[in-house]
Amino acid sequence: MISYADVEVGTALPAQTFPIERGDLVRYAGASGDFNPIHWNERFATSVGLPNVIAHGMYTMAVVARVVTDWAGDPGAVVEYGVRFTRPIVVPDVDGAVLEVAGVVSAKRDDGLIDVDLRATVGGQTVLAKARAVVRLPAGWPA
Amino acid sequence: MPLDASFVGRVYPPTDAYEVGREKIREFADAIGDPNPAYRDREAAKSIGHPDVIAPPTFAIVVTIRASRQVIADPELGLDYSRVVHGEQRFVHARPIRAGDSLTTVVSVEDIRSAAGNDIITTKSDVSTVDGEPVVTAYATLVVRGAGS
Repeated sequence: MISYADVEVGTALPAQTFPIERGDLVRYAGASGDFNPIHWNERFATSVGLPNVIAHGMYTMAVVARVVTDWAGDPGAVVEYGVRFTRPIVVPDVDGAVLEVAGVVSAKRDDGLIDVDLRATVGGQTVLAKARAVVRLPAGWPA
Repeated sequence: MPLDASFVGRVYPPTDAYEVGREKIREFADAIGDPNPAYRDREAAKSIGHPDVIAPPTFAIVVTIRASRQVIADPELGLDYSRVVHGEQRFVHARPIRAGDSLTTVVSVEDIRSAAGNDIITTKSDVSTVDGEPVVTAYATLVVRGAGS
C-alpha cells in the first residue's frame, strides 16, 4: 500500500482507460436510482437538444475515482472528492466512448493528507474541471 | 422566473433512515465496473481496517439523491427539473459509508445565484447515522438552464 513517505508533489498515479457503453449507463441508472432518460433514451436525448445519449455525471465521477482508489489500496482513504462537470460524455449506440484518466499528487498536507489532481478526457477533450481528491495515506517509514 | 434567493439557508427535515446493505454496495460497485474487494468481501475490508464492506467514494449520491428530492420538488421553490444539469459535486467524508449503516440526511440550501442567464443552486446534504455520528457531507451544484440556452 502507498504511504505518505512514498509520494512527492508531482508523483504521477498510474493512468487508466475506461470504455463506456450504453449498457453501462443503464446499469448505473438502476444502481443509483437516476433514471433521467437523457442517459439511456436516444430519442429523448436528441429531443432536448443533446447530440445523443450522455453519461451520468455521477457515473463519470465514480469511474474517474478508480485511478485514486486503485492506487491508494484502501478506497476508504479518500476523505474528500470533488469535480466540476464541464462537458458531457456522449455515448453513441455502436461505438460508445473511451474515458482516459490521469492523476498527479499536487500537494502534501499535514496529518498524512495529500491532494491528487485528476484529468479526465474523451477524444482528447477535457470532461471535468477542478477534479481533486484528498487522500489520507499511512505514514510509512521515513526514508 | 429566477429562483427565490430567500431559500438560501433553508433546512429541510431529516429523511427517513436509509439502511445500507452489502448487496446494494456490491450492485453499485458492479455498476461502476469496480472489482475492488473492499466493496464485496468482508474479510478483505477487515484486513484494511474496516468493520464491514465499505462503499465507493461516490456511493453517498444514492442516499443524497433521495434526500435532495425535497428541494427539487419543493413547489414553493418551483425548480424546473427538466432544465437542470449537474454542475458540480463534492463529497467530504468523516468516514466511508459501510454495510450496516442506518443513515439519515439533512438537506439545506447553501447558495442560489444567477450566471449567464442560468440559475445555479447549491445544496448541502449532511449524512449521519441515526445515532448522530457524522459520515459524509455532499455538496451538489445544479444549473437550471435559462430559456435562451
